[in-house]
Formats: sequence, structure tokens, C-alpha cells
Amino acid sequence: MIKINSISKSFRDKTVLNSISGEFDKGKCNLIIGASGTGKSVLLKCIVGLLPPDSGHVYYDLRNFTEADKEMKSEIRREIGMLFQGGALFDSKNVEENVMFPLDILTQMGEEEKRERVNFCLQRVGLENVNKKMPSEISGGMKKRVGIARAIVNNPNYLFCDEPNSGLDPQTSILIDELILEITHEFDITTVVVTHDMNSVMGIGEKIMFLYKGDKVWEGSHQNITSSGVQALDDFVFTNKVMKSLKAS
Amino acid sequence: MLMKSFGRYILFLGSLFVRRETFMTYYKLVFEECVQIGVRSIFLFVLVSTFMGAVTTVQTAYNMVSPLIPRFVISQVVREMTILELAPTIMAIIFAGKVGSSMAGGLGTMRITEQIDALEVMGINSASYLVLPKIVASLLMYPLLVIVSGVCALLGGYLVGTLTGVLTPTEYVQGIRFGFQEFGVSFALIKSFVFAFLISSISSFKGYYTQGGALEVGISSTQAVTSSVIAVLLADYFLAELLLS
Repeated sequence: MIKINSISKSFRDKTVLNSISGEFDKGKCNLIIGASGTGKSVLLKCIVGLLPPDSGHVYYDLRNFTEADKEMKSEIRREIGMLFQGGALFDSKNVEENVMFPLDILTQMGEEEKRERVNFCLQRVGLENVNKKMPSEISGGMKKRVGIARAIVNNPNYLFCDEPNSGLDPQTSILIDELILEITHEFDITTVVVTHDMNSVMGIGEKIMFLYKGDKVWEGSHQNITSSGVQALDDFVFTNKVMKSLKAS
Repeated sequence: MLMKSFGRYILFLGSLFVRRETFMTYYKLVFEECVQIGVRSIFLFVLVSTFMGAVTTVQTAYNMVSPLIPRFVISQVVREMTILELAPTIMAIIFAGKVGSSMAGGLGTMRITEQIDALEVMGINSASYLVLPKIVASLLMYPLLVIVSGVCALLGGYLVGTLTGVLTPTEYVQGIRFGFQEFGVSFALIKSFVFAFLISSISSFKGYYTQGGALEVGISSTQAVTSSVIAVLLADYFLAELLLS
């Protein structure tokens, strides 16, 4: 479980996050949603330590990450897997080397053992016979899958996904969402997904945190998101015609 | 502003030596960087230095109009210019243009495509992992490149000097050997170490802290070359004052 306590972050005079608190449950797909520019990615970066919050604390299973020393932070980070918006695959390495990278750096595994683990993870995300391809030779959806394989290869306790289906067609988006959900349940990990895609929200949002202008204004699940009674959330949820017609009916 | 940048640069250098990975990790990375920085630069260095030596020979001969000056002085001048300035310093400017801009561009691209963030999230000190091997490889390869370009410049001068009849092979070799001081070579190597460090560290610094998009990566590469060249020229002057006066 990850707990955040009064996280605030400003850039110069602009307050991006205003005292955000909440919990992300183990074995669940936790979503941070909101319109563009509401601070979702900044919050995610504060949680994983890529940005230091101005105030507040982040706890990974009761371990205070914000105030941890460098060694402790490094130790916690080794339990984290992260899927970045663009995949963030290393251009100079092929698919296999990309997925194997965390094992090369963080473990003492033998070459054969590492290769088996890599093949298992690639199979798990539905990729086969692409081991020797370079990131520039594969599609956006495949890059995301490779990113997921790299994120889970080291058996993380926490999985973070920053807009996992941005730039993907609807079918591939759903496949990626389902994959994230399956992996979360299968490995019983704490997954935090930042998204503004309503298909994801309705499909995998077991626990949802809605941000609006830097504030947390609602928390719940996809089952009660349509009846929140929060105007900002309704505006976000019922933007497209399909959702509007659903609401009207 | 300048002092702030300098302060960040010093902190950046300090960050290279904390939370390091295993020796074997760096060994592999340094080896890869040596190929990238050294082996892939040899052709350009050989080409430029050979022509530089040839042109220096022709131009020195052109300016030596007095019959009282022996012809071997031409190759002596070529030798001194090559060892003291052309091989270490002019090649440093080419090194900054080729290798420095590539380092800044590569790191800048890694930054804007979140590859550096990916390393940090894994608990890896990205600065140390990415930059330290580049600096070590530069320190290993640039002095070798300077030696290669020194030899090529002298060979270029020999070829052009003898083939065009500016001076005989015997005169050329005599000039190369006449009044030779070994310290000149040591001085060139000291300079090459300093320049290699400055170019690789400044270029990496510029690339590592790139913010924005593709345009900013280009700007970082340009800044890396400009800053590296200025640093090399300043260091060149101070080293000459320090070691030759």
C-alpha cells in the first residue's frame, strides 16, 4: 500500500498540487484522473521521487520515502516498476536488452536465468519473436508492452503507469488496460495509473482519485463515478456524446 | 547566472561519484564509450591532421623566403606547431564538435524521452551511470587520438613537402629531430587530458540538464560545443602560462 499525506507542489508562483492526501491499495488498480494540467503527472512524479514535494510525505508500506536517506530511497525504488508515457525504452538497446536491463543492474542472476525471465515477461505481455528488434522498429503499442515487461521483470511491489494508452488506438488501449489490470491481480501489486481516458476509468478504475486544479475533489470507484454529484467530475466524465446520452437515459 | 551554472556544474561533477554501480557495469560501459568516442573518431582525426600537417608545411615554406634559413627549419616549425598546438588544441575543437555535441544530443534526447527518469526510478544514479563512463572513455581515448593526429600531421607534412620538392626527405627528418625537446610531448599529453575532461564533462552537463523538446536538444548541443571550446581555449592559455613560462 502507498499512502500520501498532504502533498503540495508549486512551480514558482503556480501551485500545482494543493495538499493531496490518499491511499493506493495493494492488489488494486488505483487511478489518478483529471483533465490536462491538473497535476496528475506531477503527483505521480512526487510519489516516485522524480520531483521533491514542497511539503507532505509519501509512505511505501509505512516506510517514509520522502524523508528516507539516499540508500533507503534507492532500496525502495528497486521495488518500483514504471511505465512511462512514451515507453522510455533505451534507444541503444534492443527489446531483450531493454527488458533485461533492471535484472543486469539490480540482480545477481545468471545469463540463462535472466533470459528465461525476460522471455516469460515478454510472453506475459503478448510479445514473441521481437527480442532482437530495436525500439525504433516496433509500433507504439508494442513499445508500451515492452515498457510493461521491463516494469514487471524485477517482480516489483509497486507499478506506476503514466498515461499508458496515450497515442494508441482504442483497441490497443483496451488491451494495455486489461494487461495492467491482469498483472496487478496476478502479482498482487500496488498499481497507480495516471490517465484522462474514460475507457480506462470505466474499465480498470477499482479505486479512483480525481484531481481538479491541483486539489483532490473526489475519491471512489468506477461503479459510483457517474453519480458523484461533483460538478467538476461530471464535466470531466460526461464530456463526450456517448456518456452524455448515457447520463440522459 | 554564470556563477550559478558553474555551481551546478560542480555539484553535477560531485554527483557522478555517489551511489555508483558495480565495477563490471562501468567496465562494459567505458569499453562501449571508448569505441564510440575513440574508434569512430579516428577517420576524421586522421583526415584533418594529415591535411593540417600538409598545409602547415606548404605555408611555412611559402613564408621562408630567405636563403640564409636552412630548409629543414620548415619541418622543425611543423613539428613544434603540431606538438604544441595543432594536435592537442585544434583537435580538441574538432573533438568538441564531433564527440561533445553527440554527448549533449544523446543525453538531451534521453532526458526529454524520459529515459533518464526511467533510470532514476529504478534506483540508479543516472548521472553516474551515463556520464562517468563518457568522461573516463574521453580521458583514455583523447590522448591517443592526439598522438595519432600528431603522427599523421607530421606524415602529411612529409608527403607534401617531399612530393612537391619543398624539401628533401633527409631535410624533413633532420628538421623533425633538430632541437627536439621531449617535454613538448608531455605538455601536449597534459593538455589532452585536461581538454578531454573539460569537453566530456561540460557537454554531458549541458545535455543532462536539457529541458523541453527537440529544439532544446539542438540548443544544448550548440551550447555544449560553444562552452567546451571556450573552456578549452582558456585552459590552453593557463596551461601554457603554467607549464611553459
